[in-house]
Parts: sequence; C-alpha cells; structure tokens
Amino acid sequence: MNKQILIIPCSGIGKAFGTISRDATFRVVEDLRRGEPDTICLSLLVMGDEEAKGKVQSCKCIAVDGCPLECARKNIELSGGAPAASFRVVDLLREYRDLRPQRVTFLDEDGRKLSAILAEKIASKVDELGKEGLAQ
Amino acid sequence: MSPGTIVGVVSCSGECCALGTVSRVATRLVLEDLRRSNTTTICLPLFLAGGEGERMFAKAYPTISVDGCGKECAKRAIEKYSNRTASSIVVEDLLENWGLAEPTSRRELDEDGLEAAKRVAEEIAATIDSILLRGRRVERA
Repeated sequence: MNKQILIIPCSGIGKAFGTISRDATFRVVEDLRRGEPDTICLSLLVMGDEEAKGKVQSCKCIAVDGCPLECARKNIELSGGAPAASFRVVDLLREYRDLRPQRVTFLDEDGRKLSAILAEKIASKVDELGKEGLAQ
Repeated sequence: MSPGTIVGVVSCSGECCALGTVSRVATRLVLEDLRRSNTTTICLPLFLAGGEGERMFAKAYPTISVDGCGKECAKRAIEKYSNRTASSIVVEDLLENWGLAEPTSRRELDEDGLEAAKRVAEEIAATIDSILLRGRRVERA
C-alpha cells in the first residue's frame, strides 16, 4: 500500500517566506494534487498531539520551510518522523533573484510567483514519492 | 522597551482548517495596521522548536494567544514554555458568538472570511489596549 504523503509548511509569521511556504503547500493540497497529499497543523504536532505524531511517523513527509531555521523539518524529526524531502523558500530566492517578496499578510505579485514555482516543485516531489511507493 | 509598552500576539496559524488562516490574518492586521507601534509577534514554530529569544520575550512581556480552534496550541505552548498568557482568543468561539460561519478556504480567505478576520483583529486590538492600560495603572500605583 502507498504511504500517504504529508506536506508540512512552517507558516512562519514574521516574514513573507513563511507565507510563501504556507501558500505553496495549500496550492498543492487544494489544487495541483488535490486528494493525494494532506497537511497537518505544525503547532499541533509540536505540542505532542499523539494523532499528529502518529501521522508524521507513518507518512512520507515533505517539509516546507521559509527560512534557514527550518522549523518544519526539525519539528518533523523531533516528532519521530523522517522527512522524505524538504524545501526552503530562501533557496528558491537565490534561484530567482529578480523576485523580491515584501508583503506578509497577503502575498504581493513576486510572492505569488514564488509560491507558484515552489508549489510546482513540491507537486513534482509528490509524484516522485508516489512512484517510489508503487515500486516498493 | 518596557513590559508596559509592548504586547506579543502569538497566532497558531494552524494549517488544518481555515480558522488557522483567520487567526494568522487577524494577527497580521493588528501588527501592520491597527496597533503597529506597540505590538510584536512571535513565530510559533520557532518558539516551539526552542527559540530562546522568543521564549524569553514571552516570559518578560504580556502575550495574547490567538488560536483557531479549541485545541489552543498557541496558548498551551506559551504557558508550557514561558509564562501565563495575559489573554487568549479562540477564533472558533468568537465566530460562534457572532453567528458567523467558518470560512471554507484555508489558502485565501473569501470576502466573509476577511470580514471575520477584521473583526477578530479589532478584538485583539481592544485586548491589547486593555492590557496596556492595566500595565500603566500598575506602574502608577
């Protein structure tokens, strides 16, 4: 049986990076690969919720972090999970230097572009992880 | 910066339902617009991952937790790792009291969801004012 895929963004609130991580995750879960991967509340996971921990331990997790502090990836590991993949918005910014997202609450045009690019990358990883599951 | 001049607002930003989005947007509206000079926020995942600066802030300054649902992750986190919250807000309860339905989209709030977030933001701002007023009274006494 294929393992479920969980995409977990950091949703950091201080900078646009966290909003991009969150927005890209929802793009994948609600649109690009609707019905396949799911997401969970990172804060619920870190507060030790047993159901959330069980999900993280039994699913293939993709961490989506805004900044180099990598709160999503670290908290997946602390909860007993092993991230199958991880993305960082700061890395994407190095690739797309012309894009400079500024707004946090509601993404500006550059933020939306980055979110769309990141969502495509996550969706490709979802496909890849799904195929791995079939090959096992 | 003294404890009587600034309040930390900590949102759960929960990803499981749109209530987390309302908590997040309402918190940002307070920070960026309604009470920008005497409010700050803490990144909850960082706080939970052991961010010392964040935990010290929540120990020394009054905080308001803004949670989407009754699981109250933000409130429990602050009280577990730092100090008692000065006040706590649960979006789910407020919407129920106001007779408003839970927004449907987690990614982008629709018009009704945005209106709900604005009302929650007003509630947070009023709570901030009350905490700061209380602080000034204590300082004067």
